[in-house]
Amino acid sequence: MPDQAQILPGTLDLLILKAVSLGPLHGYGVLLRIGQISGQTLLIEQGALYPALFRLVRQGLLKASWGTSDNNRRAKFYELTTAGRKRLREETEGWNRLVGAVASALAAQPEEV
Amino acid sequence: MKLLSYLRSLAAKFFHRKQVADEVDEELRAHIQLRADDLERSGLDRVDSERQARVEFGGQERFKEECHEALGGNFITSLIQDLRYAVRLLRKSPGFTVTAVLTLALAIGANAVVFSVMNAFLLHPFNLPHADRLYAVWRPDVGDAHESYPDYLDLRDRNRSFETLAAFNATEAGMNTGKEPFDAWIIEGSGNYFDALGVQPYVGRVFHASDEHGPNSAPYVVLSYGCWHARFHDDPGVVGRTIQLNKHPFTVIGVTQPDFHGTIVFFNPDAFVPIVNHAVFGPDDFNARKDRWVFMVLGRLKAGVSKAQATADLSSIGAYLEKTYPKDDGKIHFTVARPGLYGDFLGGPVKAFMTALMLLSGLILLAACANLGSLFASRAADRSREVALRLALGSTRTRILRGLFTEAVLISLMGGAVGLLGSVMLLHALSAWQPMPRFPIHMPVNPDAYVYALALLLSLVSGFLFGAVPVRQVLRTSPYEVVKLGVAARDGRRITARDLLLVVQIAICAVLVTASLVAVRGLARSLHDDFGFEPQNRIVVDTDLTMSGYSGDQAPAMQKRMIDALAAIPGVESVGLGDGVPLGEGEGDSNVFRDDTSDLIPANVVADANRFDVSPEYLHAMGTTLLAGRNFTWHDDKNSPPVAIVNQEFARRMFGSESKALGGYFKMQEGKRIQVVGIVENGKYNSLTENPQTALFLPILQRSSSATWLIVRSERDPQQLGAAIRSTLHNLDGALPVSIRTRYQTMDMALFGPRMATISLGVLGLMGAMLAITGIFGMAAYSVSKRLKELGIRIALGAKREEVLRAALGRAFKLLAFGSVAGLLLGILASRVLALIVYQATPRDPLVLAGVVFAMALLGLIATWIPAQRALSIDPLALLREE
Repeated sequence: MPDQAQILPGTLDLLILKAVSLGPLHGYGVLLRIGQISGQTLLIEQGALYPALFRLVRQGLLKASWGTSDNNRRAKFYELTTAGRKRLREETEGWNRLVGAVASALAAQPEEV
Repeated sequence: MKLLSYLRSLAAKFFHRKQVADEVDEELRAHIQLRADDLERSGLDRVDSERQARVEFGGQERFKEECHEALGGNFITSLIQDLRYAVRLLRKSPGFTVTAVLTLALAIGANAVVFSVMNAFLLHPFNLPHADRLYAVWRPDVGDAHESYPDYLDLRDRNRSFETLAAFNATEAGMNTGKEPFDAWIIEGSGNYFDALGVQPYVGRVFHASDEHGPNSAPYVVLSYGCWHARFHDDPGVVGRTIQLNKHPFTVIGVTQPDFHGTIVFFNPDAFVPIVNHAVFGPDDFNARKDRWVFMVLGRLKAGVSKAQATADLSSIGAYLEKTYPKDDGKIHFTVARPGLYGDFLGGPVKAFMTALMLLSGLILLAACANLGSLFASRAADRSREVALRLALGSTRTRILRGLFTEAVLISLMGGAVGLLGSVMLLHALSAWQPMPRFPIHMPVNPDAYVYALALLLSLVSGFLFGAVPVRQVLRTSPYEVVKLGVAARDGRRITARDLLLVVQIAICAVLVTASLVAVRGLARSLHDDFGFEPQNRIVVDTDLTMSGYSGDQAPAMQKRMIDALAAIPGVESVGLGDGVPLGEGEGDSNVFRDDTSDLIPANVVADANRFDVSPEYLHAMGTTLLAGRNFTWHDDKNSPPVAIVNQEFARRMFGSESKALGGYFKMQEGKRIQVVGIVENGKYNSLTENPQTALFLPILQRSSSATWLIVRSERDPQQLGAAIRSTLHNLDGALPVSIRTRYQTMDMALFGPRMATISLGVLGLMGAMLAITGIFGMAAYSVSKRLKELGIRIALGAKREEVLRAALGRAFKLLAFGSVAGLLLGILASRVLALIVYQATPRDPLVLAGVVFAMALLGLIATWIPAQRALSIDPLALLREE
């Protein structure tokens, strides 16, 4: 997978929230979903996903329950809580603002200074 | 919300550790399976795809750890790790552990004991409902709580501050249950006594106000649990039985709860009777307003009534009494006071002393913390290589500090537990101890939740206190430097925190040693002080003739027979009779007026003199010197003019000088004119620390008393003589209960305070000394072990023994001297406080000063002996080879 990029620190939580907001997922599913929605460009270390999931559960942004996967394996499924939905909205706005600001900063031309 | 969920996951983590771990495992396993499924679908076989999935996943253990951390349970896990590590470390150095635990155990134990006593006597003396609102009516002007019965009734009926006011009196009575008669201590309570206090019966019932119908109407007795247990063998059938008190029948109606001992701490009465039956116990008049025989009036303040409001309320009653009965009640001030230690009378000194003791034991704990702090600092220094290594391997400083604190708190908790255990045992012994056999005095000090809480708190605080000492050391550790240079890199500063701690500790110990020496010296001196009588070679026999039925004129006749019988015993020089003895328990007091005073109201009283009704031989038997005039004779009886012997202080206050006093007249409360015929030296009458007091001696035949104290002067062995006295008196009247003690034993009460003070200060001083030894030892041993190489080189280069010692221990001795001097000065200042309790306590006593200096030097010598030996026995060759 040649064109994969390391994700920025702190963005993993946001990506997880986004992935789960599209429908309940188990851990591996989250991984696949992030790959899918980022066009397979974002590389996430597989193991590192779980501490983040546990942290989000503890913060009350996700809730987890055991269920069965498509191919009949027992797995833990995650879905967004109300607080998680709210957080996702805020974080998305914050991210967009940041990206906008950085982009406009990078687009600055010498004559504009 | 966040905190709650955190705590919940913490708790879940703690209680379901295994389950959580399993769940994490299962989830990670599921992930790998799912990934393997995908890989399998892409064409790999199962085994390869599973391996591939595991490789992709990365370090499972690490992520598991991170998951646990994310779950919030990590604190507990690492705490358990820290604990395990700390236990392993402590077990590796048992010497250090035992020293540290014992040091703390001593210090925390001392605090627990002192606090328990304070808790039992001052803070929570009674296990009664709303005991915090229980107050006695106090007369600050006279410093007691005595009231007459009519005044009590006025107080009870006119006050608006108390739920109700009860009265009680303590008295001694002969109790006959059908077996051997014995002396019992009785509380005579007003009808509402139990109800005012909220006391429930254990067996049967207690008496109530409805039982009272005027004098002698309620011949009922409620036994205390202790008496019931000891004398009636817990027999519930005792209710309804008749027993005799002073040969009068009383019906047992019930038994009190085991934890109720009346309302004076220490004092455990045997039984409670209604006060309306007082005629059985004493001659006092129920209607005489002047006769303040009721021991104490007390009650529970109404909810919301403050002490100040109650005082104001009582004062208005005082004003009313003064206006209505000017002849009997002079100017009365009323306040409220705590009943347990008899208001300020005992409460004041006890409070002062306990506070001082608490302060001193706090100092002990502080010294112990300083001691352990420097031990910990040395340990941390020894471990700096390990710390450096851990830092280099990526451990955080917080984690290392947490480990250190875990170790410290572990030690302090162990020390606290051991100390508490020891103090509980000590208090148990204290509770069983009866310091004054003649009185039902116990010190029931049982540690309660407050004590346990304090011990835990002190343990934690001290753990953090001494654990904090090496913090800076760890924070400054630079792994690179340590690994490169080794541990020997010395701190360049001249005075380290450790030195300071040691000086503080030695100073505290010197304060304690000074204080205890001052107290011991004070007590020793006060025992050989001039009391105004001679306690050596005296036996005191006391009895009360009313208890065996002698009344009226029978009493003096019996007393004369007793004197004659005892005087006939071989080896007896003389036998004196009094109604009490100075510094004993029985003496009375009388208001005295000038001869020209016609209005004998309280405002005109010259003095409230200690009064002794004595026989002619009393002065000789007692060893009190007659300075001028004549002694009494057996002809000073009811038919001859009233005469008195007074002491110097009396003469000075009543007449202005001793010469004017001789032959002069004064008046007693009842208006009788009395002529002074003799003057005796001043003495101590109530306590060792009192200022000169007035005393008055009256001839026994002019003022008879049933209280009989015989002073037997003889050089014979007290044991033998005591037996002879007992058999002689038994021949006279077999039913007479007598107590036979040496003169010193009768002074137990007066000496109790100083003795207790000396014992407790002595113990604290000893503990201080022990702490000084361990502190100096630790420091000296450490400095020798740190400088072994240097000392070895010195020895190799030919240094003399003294030089080696100076190099090795010079610093320890300098610190010791510095700390001792500071402590000595502080101790001298602190001794001013001691002088309040311990008579003759003065630190400006060359013996005390020399004693402190000697003691500290000795302590230094003991503590540095082993390190010095070690320094001298260094073998430079072996040492250099090792390096």
